[in-house]
Order: sequence, then C-alpha cells, then structure tokens
Amino acid sequence: MSGFRLGHGGAHIDRARPLSFSFDGKTYRGFAGDTLTSALMANGIAIVGRSFKYHRPRGIIGTGFSETNALLRIGEGARATPNIPATRVLLTEGLVAHSQNAWPSVNFDLGRINDRLRPLFAAGFYYKTFMWPGWRLFEPFIRRAAGNGRAPKLPDPDIYDTRERHCGVLVVGAGPAGLMAALTAARTGADVVVLEADAHLGASLAAGTDRIDGMQASQWAADAETELSARNNAQILRRTTALGYYDHNFFIAVEEIEHPGLRQRLWKLRARQVVLACGAFERPVLFANNDLPGIMLAGAMEEYIARHAAAAGRAPLFVTTNDSGYRAAIAARQAGLAVQGIVDPRPESPLAEKARGLAIPVYCDSVVERAEGNACVCAAQIAHGGGHKTIACDVIAMSGGWSPAVQLFTQSGGTLRFAEHIGTFVPNKSAQAERSCGAAAGAFDLAEVLAGAASAGEHAAKDCGFAAKPQRMPAVETTSVTPSFSRVDPQGDPKTAFVDFQTDVTVADMALAVRENYRAPEHVKRYTVWGMGSDQGKLSAVNGANLLARMQGAEPGALGTTKFRPPFAPVAFSTLAASRGPLFRGWKRLPAHDWHVRRGAVFEDFGYFRPSHYPQGGETMEAAAAREALAVRSGVGIMESSSFGKIELKGPDAATFLDRVCAFRHSRLAVGTAGYNMMLNEFGTIIDDGVVSRLADDHFLITASSAHAERIVRWLEDWLQNEWPLDLVLRDVTTRWAVLTLAGPKAREVLAASGCNIALAAAHFPHHAVRTGEIAGVTVRIQRVSFTGELSYEINVAPAYAEAMADLLWNAGQVFGLVPFGLDALEILRIEKGYIHPGSDTDSRTLPADAGWTSPARRDDDFLGRQSLRHESATAPGRHHVVGFRPLDAKAAIPVGAHVIGGKPHPSQGLVTSSCFSPTLNAALALGLLDEGQSRHGEIVTLWSEGRSWKATVTSPRFFDPRGDRLHV
Amino acid sequence: MLWISCPWCGARDESEFLNGGEAHVACPLAPMSAQWSDYLFFHDNPRGLLRERWVHVYGCRRWFNAVRDTASHRIVATYRNDEPVPETKS
Repeated sequence: MSGFRLGHGGAHIDRARPLSFSFDGKTYRGFAGDTLTSALMANGIAIVGRSFKYHRPRGIIGTGFSETNALLRIGEGARATPNIPATRVLLTEGLVAHSQNAWPSVNFDLGRINDRLRPLFAAGFYYKTFMWPGWRLFEPFIRRAAGNGRAPKLPDPDIYDTRERHCGVLVVGAGPAGLMAALTAARTGADVVVLEADAHLGASLAAGTDRIDGMQASQWAADAETELSARNNAQILRRTTALGYYDHNFFIAVEEIEHPGLRQRLWKLRARQVVLACGAFERPVLFANNDLPGIMLAGAMEEYIARHAAAAGRAPLFVTTNDSGYRAAIAARQAGLAVQGIVDPRPESPLAEKARGLAIPVYCDSVVERAEGNACVCAAQIAHGGGHKTIACDVIAMSGGWSPAVQLFTQSGGTLRFAEHIGTFVPNKSAQAERSCGAAAGAFDLAEVLAGAASAGEHAAKDCGFAAKPQRMPAVETTSVTPSFSRVDPQGDPKTAFVDFQTDVTVADMALAVRENYRAPEHVKRYTVWGMGSDQGKLSAVNGANLLARMQGAEPGALGTTKFRPPFAPVAFSTLAASRGPLFRGWKRLPAHDWHVRRGAVFEDFGYFRPSHYPQGGETMEAAAAREALAVRSGVGIMESSSFGKIELKGPDAATFLDRVCAFRHSRLAVGTAGYNMMLNEFGTIIDDGVVSRLADDHFLITASSAHAERIVRWLEDWLQNEWPLDLVLRDVTTRWAVLTLAGPKAREVLAASGCNIALAAAHFPHHAVRTGEIAGVTVRIQRVSFTGELSYEINVAPAYAEAMADLLWNAGQVFGLVPFGLDALEILRIEKGYIHPGSDTDSRTLPADAGWTSPARRDDDFLGRQSLRHESATAPGRHHVVGFRPLDAKAAIPVGAHVIGGKPHPSQGLVTSSCFSPTLNAALALGLLDEGQSRHGEIVTLWSEGRSWKATVTSPRFFDPRGDRLHV
Repeated sequence: MLWISCPWCGARDESEFLNGGEAHVACPLAPMSAQWSDYLFFHDNPRGLLRERWVHVYGCRRWFNAVRDTASHRIVATYRNDEPVPETKS
C-alpha cells in the first residue's frame, strides 16, 4: 500500500494547521482534523501492527469502532494507554504512538515464526497442545505471549470526571437518523440529549453526494447541528460513546475531553425514552489472505477520502456484495484514483453502468479468491467468466454488506431477527422504552432512514408527554442504493481467510470447531476465540454466525449470534472510578482521630479508620498489642469506641418492642442499669450482641457491633414499620456520641482524677450501671460495661468534645500509667474472656445455646427467633458449639480457619474462628466452633490448616477469670 | 440499575434502595414444625410478576412494596404498606 494525501478535498482537515506526531519513534506530519489513522495513511504507513497469534503484518482496516488492527499504545510514561484504536484518536501536536505485539518492529517481527508453526496454534490449541505434562508448565509462556499492549506501571496522573444526567429522550448516534430523531423530538419541547462518538455530527452524510432539501447532505447536517445547539432543551455530547445500556433506560457513556490533565468524563444517563441510531458496521469479505495490509473496508476508504483527503493507495480494487461498494469505487475514481475494478458476485448492479462510464472495469458474477503480496497487497486473483484472472492493485477495498449496530439494543434485552435481504440481524422486539431507527434498524435508503427516524423521535417525545406539531419531511435526492446483497462463500485457502482479524480466527478454525462438534455460536466463540478481543466481534460476529450456519447446513441466521455484552468499547478503569480516589467509599474517621495520631497510632480500615496498635520504639504489631493488653489487665488503658452502633428507643412501648426483638427480657431492667443484649433472627441464630441501657422508664439505648450497626437499625425499623405498630420512635445516634473507654483495675482512679462528678464507688456505681454527670463542665453519660473483662467505663460525650476529653483523661491518667490500646489488644483481651464476635465466632446456624446462653429458649413470652429455638432441630444432636482451644504447644498460635480433623463421618468437625497469643496466660488461645463441643471439654483434637497440624485441648471459651470477679471490683 | 418509584418520595435510582424479599408472607400463628420451616425456608421465586418488599434506605427510610417482573425487571407498581395490593397482570 502506498497511502498518500490527495491534493484537494478533506472536509474535516485544516491544511493551514499542520501538526507533527511520532509513530514508533519517527516523526510525521498531519493536519488538524486528522485522526491518527488518516495521518498514518497520508504518510504512506502500511503496517500498523502485528496480529495476535500469528504475528502477521496488519494495516488499517476501518474507521471509528470498525478497527481491529490499528490498536496502538498512545502517549508515554504514566499516560501511556495500550490498545487504543487509532481510528478513535484525534491528531494533536506532539502525539506519540507506538505499535504493539511486535518485536523488534512491526516491519520485521520475529513472532511471525508462529505463522509457520500453525499446526500448534489451531483453534483450541491451548486445550490440546499444552495438556502434557501440565498446563502450569506452559501457562507463564502463554500468558506472556498473549494479549496486545502492556498497561503502564505508573499511577495515572490524569483526572477523570463524572456526571449524572436525566433526560426525556436520549438519542444515541448523530448520523442522519439520530439528527432527524433529535430534531423531531426537540421541536416538541422534550428534553433531548444526543450522544455522538465522533467529533463531527452527520456520520455518513460527510461522504456521498446525497442532497436533502436541495442542499448538500453535509450542509443539512450542519444546519441540524446549529438548530439543536441553539435549543435550550437539547444537549449534544460529542466524542461521547455509549458503553452500556442497562435496566430502565440507564446508560453509561464516556466522553473524550481535550483538556490538559482532564482526560475523560463518565456520564451516567437515565432517559424516559431512548432512540438508538447507532448506524451499521461494514463486513469484511472472506477470501485467502484477506488480512494483508492494504485490504480495508470500502466504506472506510470512501470516508478517509471524503473527510481527510487520505487515500489508502493509488490503484484500489473494490470487492463488494452490495451496491455500497460501487458508491465507494465511484468516489475513489472521482478523487482521481486509478480504480482497478469492481468485483461483484451478483449478475449486475444498478450502479454498474455509472461505474463503467467512469472507466471502472466491472467484473460481475465474480469473486476474489486470493490476495497476493507479502508485506502488503499487490494483486488479487479473481474467479471470472469461468477462469481465473489476476488484477494488480495496491488496495483491496471490500464490502461484505452492512450489519446494524445492535450491540446496545441487545444489551437492553431486545431480541433480534434475521433479515434475509441484508444477510444479517436487525432489532426485532424492544424490551425497554426504546426505538431503533436508521441503519441500526436495517434501513439504508436515506429517505426511508429520515422518515423512520422522524417517527421514532416523534413517538419518543409523545411518550414523554410532548406532542409533535405536523412537520414536513425533508426532500431527499439520493444516489444511495437498494440494499440488495449476495452472500459469498469463503474463497481460497481457508487457513488464511480470516473471520476475526483481532483474534486471528480463520475459516479453517471455525470448520475445525464444527468438526469437533461445537455447534452453538457461544460455544464456538469460546473454543476459537472468534468475537472476543477488545472489538468484541464488531467486524466478525455476523460473518462468523453466517459461516457457522453454512457449515452446519442450517438456514442463515438460524443459529442466532453471540450475545453482545457491555461495554460497547473498551474503557479504562480510571474512568469508571472517575477520580473519586479515597472518596470512592467515604473514609470514616473517629471523632478523636487526631488524638490517636498524636499517640502514634497505626490505623486500619474497618469502615472507620481505627487504631490497631500504638507501637513504641520500633515494636512489632504483636509486641505492641501484647504490651497494651497486659497494661489493661494490670493497670489501665484507654481506647476510643465511638464506631459501635448506638440506637435510642423512646416511647411508652419501647420496653415491649425490645422484649420482642431481643433474646433477653429487657423490660425487667431497672432505670440506670444496663444488660447484655443479643439479637436473633427468625431462624433463632445470633445476628448481633451488645449492651442495652435503660435511661428512663420509656427510654433505652442499645449498642451494636461497629460492623453490624447499620444493618441492625434497618432490622429494627423493618419490624417496627411493618409488623408492630407500637408507640415508640427509634433513632440511630451512632455518630451523635463519641465514646472513650477506660479499662483496667485502675480505671476508677483515672476517672476520679479527671474530675468526674459522679460517685464512682462500686456501691454507688456497680457493674452494669449507667450514670449521667459532668467532667470539666461537659455532660457525659457513662456506662460501666466491659468487653475486656476488666473494670471498664464507657464515657459517652458529644463528638465535638471527644479530642479534648481524650486529652483530659490522658493527663489525668499519667500518674496511673495509662496507655492507649488498639483493636489488636482488644482482640486478645476479649478472646481471653471468651467474648464472641457474632458473625466471626458464630455462623448462620449458631443459636444462643450453642454459644452457652440457655435462657432465651426458656422464655415463655414471644420474641424474634423463639419459634426456631423451640424447634426440634435446636436441640438435635450434631450442633456446632462455641468452644475454646488450648494448643498443647503453648507457643503455637493456630491460624483462624484451621479445621478440626479426624473422626467420622465428617472430615471436618469444626474450625478456629478467633486466635491469639495471650500475654496474660503466656499461652496460645483460640475460639472456634466444634461438633458437640460443649460435651467435649478436655478432649485433645487435631487441627489442620494448609498442610500444618496442631494438637489442642478443647476447653470452655472462658480462659481468664471465668467467674467475672474482676468486673465487679 | 433499576429506577424505582418510592410511594413517598417519587422515582429514584436503585442505589437508594434495598430489597427485602418476597412481600405478604404471613407468619404462621400456631406453627407446627412443617409450617414453620416452610415459612422460613420456602419462598416463591416465579419467572414473572413478584410482589416484594423494598426500603428507601438512603431516602425516607420507609418500607413499601413493589410488583416486579423477575424476568424483565419491569416494575409494574409500587404501593405503601397500608394500601391494597394493586391488580396486576403479567
């Protein structure tokens, strides 16, 4: 191929604004308005990449999304983006592009050896060739060889924006159909959004010689654009590609942005009505060597000439199965190219006379059998008049017919039908509030396109509540052509007739799959990789489906096609994440966060950022946690517990409600006291635990685990709203109170030293009591409850005072050796006490009795879960009980998830759910679930995890202070 | 993403809601074992219209019911808990 720039024409380029760019390290010139492919073509670059499997040289094949070959790495360093179709890249000054999948270069690629080793690489090769001695042996090599570009290793420096938009009528595509539909809908007053992937509106109207209302069709498109732009009820999004069409007319689309640092914008659109005017994709023709550089789609060649004055070669040969190839050939001839002929399998075409009049040889009843050439195409052998004829050419421009772009339509759930006259699939039945029009609906005559689009726009607006005034349809003078079409069987050597250029799938590969009894298109797709890759079969899906039907002797279209899934085009993860960074899921910080920072905390993300430990002088996490836990046992520690859930219930029926939703009867609690709380679901299993405090006769406060807080609020609201119309309100006050916990034998001294005005002596303020008072003039509510097994005060204060209160307690505690302790130390302390974490130490079958709480099952009033606790299965043999494990080797902490093995009939009798090394007992401890565990205390069991095993004694889960004496000091 | 009409707030994105499973499932009043297990474990899962519970959790926090086609995701109706079940046809 010897592409070059034509001396005149090119509707979209500005010859007064030259730009320089580089490709594979060499500098070239183009013009503003060029795409990267039109600029490469104008510079005579024929080979733009190497194929996926065989490393065959490949050239530009199409425009827009119809490009499977020119997949380039664009940009450098952190901004380098692989696998970008060069057709979608607008030329900018200094643009840097590199070819991919070739070494040392696209022009001389050692990987081409694969093309000579083809028997190894037939369809399904990796299922067969690499079976012995094992796939794992080959996998690293295959993985390295597979794929195209490489992702950059540096963080992406660019910014990505996101916007949401609701509209009345969403029009996808701004070709003739999209513009007509948008105009019609907008004129009714409906709120219209138009998405166009290209930088220019009008699509096919830019090329061609059609006239609308007496003017050039491109002028009509420009007028339509002007009118839409002037309306305040219409918005045009250029260079914006609809990627996904989801339920209830929800779309995501990505907009390319020309702004330094801001790269793309993700649109989330919700439309009441949708008009799909996405156009059609031209199909390649199947003949031997149809992948040689210089072989491209006829419509693409026409478009490059019209838009960019870029010609792929000087002597093109056209091979077509329909009249659009004639139109392209005539356009090429009129641009001054020496068209070598038109090869058409049909007996005649209505445009043949016009072509002959321009001195273009027309070969009817003829097919191309084989393309000749090594690096680039240099001739075609055709079957003509009962013999063979070789025609020299430097381009073969092919048109195997046009396939409506039904990708978005099928994503929406719509069904397809096969349209025999164009040999492909068209929309049949819509599943959503959607209409297809134009080429996307299989209409190719311009007058028919505009009429159908106007109707789609009118009805879409009407269904949004906007009535259209009668409008005159534009008058169309067109040379556009009937979609008469002839199916051509693959010609020549099937091993080089490519169905899918991107994944290197040939006619022979498809035949092999069928011989091996793969029938359904979806199965053949997976076996051969036809239709995979970043273009997802835009060029190959219909050819492949028709070929499969032919090979199986089925009617065309009878097998259907493969499913088109989102995204329509590849999209960067950065775009989907849309630069939300740490805000993707909001960070939650504790009210006294800065205080922990000053104490040297190491934070971990538990939804909230919470201190895991406070290392001193290079301590390890384990050493810090052990020191902190020992300090709580022997002295006093402080931790912030603000993240746990706090729910207030107030009203005459509050006690009644709590009795129904909790496993224990809290209506018996005296005002000013607190109790252990456990909640069950209707299966009787434990969903959460915490503390309930009675603040007044009609006023309760319950706490929930940090992880379960939101779910527990919803759970309570569900029962209150839907089942029991009781007289109370419940309110999530989790973030209204900060909580600082003092724990340890010296906690009372620290609290007293803080100036707290509450009488703290055990006689006045016993375990499980709640008091309200002041510290330094600030109101505090203090619950004497414990999750450490030590004397413990949970000091509730308004969040604004949290940091100051922490400072005050810290200063008061210095003389008592107060230490901050984190979640790792808390984990040790609660495991030593056998305090469970519902959801970690229990599973979806754990009933209260399995965790050692027998009283709920004996309650005689009704509550959630009671029915299940009285079910026979609740007391049947074989239940998992919460137990403790003490390894015989006291130093060996057993990993969480280790299974208890041995015995019959089950290989696993239970598992370890929590584990630590206890500095207090100087021994490894674990909690777990064990078959019939409550009757097995003292038994020695074997635990196993990832190839290691341990012996351990089954014990009560209460390892330390089992009677709880330390709580009551 | 579905587009759900809360009877109190109007139509909103699905991300503001949570699904609560099948609606109008009566708890057996004098349960025997079999009835109780059916209540806990067996729910309708039709291909077609299903009445189900939703809560507008990141909105008004109220529970309501919806009639949804499980095959097409079409939501035929939404209604408050104190409203009668609307007449719906597949």
